[in-house]
Amino acid sequence: MSNNNYILRVTVDENLCVGAGLCVLSSSDVFDQRDEDGVVKLLQEYPDQASYEKVLGAARKCPSKAIKVEQVNGDAP
Amino acid sequence: MSACPFSKASFPMPRQCPFLPPQEYQQFQQQPGAAQVRMWDGSSAWLFTRYDDVRAVLGDNRFSGNPSIPGFPSLSAARNAVLDLEPAFIRMDPPDHGRHRRMLTKEFMIKRVGAMRPRIESIFNRLLDEMLHKGPPANLVEDLFLPLTSEVIAGLLDVPNKDHGFFQEQSRLKVLLDVDPSIPKAASERILNYLDALVTERAKAPEGKEDLISRLIIEQVRPGHLSHRELVIMAELLLMAGHETTANQMALGVHSFLSNQDQLALLRNDPSLLRNAVEEMLRYHTIVHYNAFRVALEDVEVAGQLIRKGEGVIALIAGANHDPEAFEQPQKFDITRKADHHVAFSYGIHQCLGQPLARVELQVVFATLFERIPTLRFAVPQEQIEGKGDHFVQGLETLPVTW
Repeated sequence: MSNNNYILRVTVDENLCVGAGLCVLSSSDVFDQRDEDGVVKLLQEYPDQASYEKVLGAARKCPSKAIKVEQVNGDAP
Repeated sequence: MSACPFSKASFPMPRQCPFLPPQEYQQFQQQPGAAQVRMWDGSSAWLFTRYDDVRAVLGDNRFSGNPSIPGFPSLSAARNAVLDLEPAFIRMDPPDHGRHRRMLTKEFMIKRVGAMRPRIESIFNRLLDEMLHKGPPANLVEDLFLPLTSEVIAGLLDVPNKDHGFFQEQSRLKVLLDVDPSIPKAASERILNYLDALVTERAKAPEGKEDLISRLIIEQVRPGHLSHRELVIMAELLLMAGHETTANQMALGVHSFLSNQDQLALLRNDPSLLRNAVEEMLRYHTIVHYNAFRVALEDVEVAGQLIRKGEGVIALIAGANHDPEAFEQPQKFDITRKADHHVAFSYGIHQCLGQPLARVELQVVFATLFERIPTLRFAVPQEQIEGKGDHFVQGLETLPVTW
């Protein structure tokens, strides 16, 4: 996950989220939960490379598939 | 499974070792597709035991968790009696499921549950003090784990301390599978009646109260989003799931450490293994061991097996968590393995809502117990300690220890 040739972009679907909280346990610098209903709140659309492994793990573990991680070319805006 | 191609294995099947899933799961995992199993009532269901297949089923909303839909597999007559009484949101499909679940999600947010940790530690240390003061031997289930988990969840709901014994006993009766259906049914009715009265009383003046039931009355019942009866059933689910399951997991976790002293030494030498150790005990025991039952709402193909609309499916989380493709040497209790992708809390939209709370409670127990009682050991020969076997939730009836 440490190569510099690509960057990852994270998106979340608030409608799909069931508030299990696994993403926050995986990487609390990228994901949080809304105070009013516990639904996922994305803190970093373009996380640091150091977080890639954890972010990918969060997406794999998300029980309702509310987290998408895509590889994008070029630099983060 | 059987040599005769016209016979089907029965489900559930007995465990050979009380602390490991039935060996048949391993044989099923080596065969492609799904196995067909026969249920107690003569009906058939498709059984999935591989990690990827179990996740595929549980992550697909074309499979319903609603037991009132024809074709939903039946575990036993006793279990049916409980399911009929309690149409909790965990047995609803979208969109009703999400609407109900979301009324509760903020209560179990990571940060909210994290803030409960000091209180959980203080309860556990107080219970430990009492146990140490009484002196050995002790029964950890009765003296520590049920009181801890009961006090935590009852605190959230503001259920009076004096009633903990009552709901512990009814919960124990409710999960019996192989008994006259009137037993779990009556237990379920008693808890529901108790909570019905509690909700009615609470509804008279919920303002300014800190408990979850009062909040739900103000935020959901009064505006008409949730009925009184739905709240009663929701409270019952939280109370039950909040203490019985977690207490069982604690007892089994202690059992695993005491019977794998090398793993206990690892944890002692490196407390940073604690979180991983908790994930491993969740994986290893998968206490809700018959989960999860589903029925197909339309024709769906999984692992090359066509499941027809109306057919029952069992996506066995206990199989998935012991699939060698997902966990190397799955029968070994190994707190250093990467285990946090387990499905002990299930997978899909019905994955356990209270899992952050269960994790914190387990972390508190296993951070504290062996540190405060370094000489903790079984008080009876190990082989006398028996699993709960065919209960809906696997656990230990008693855990006699000394120090």
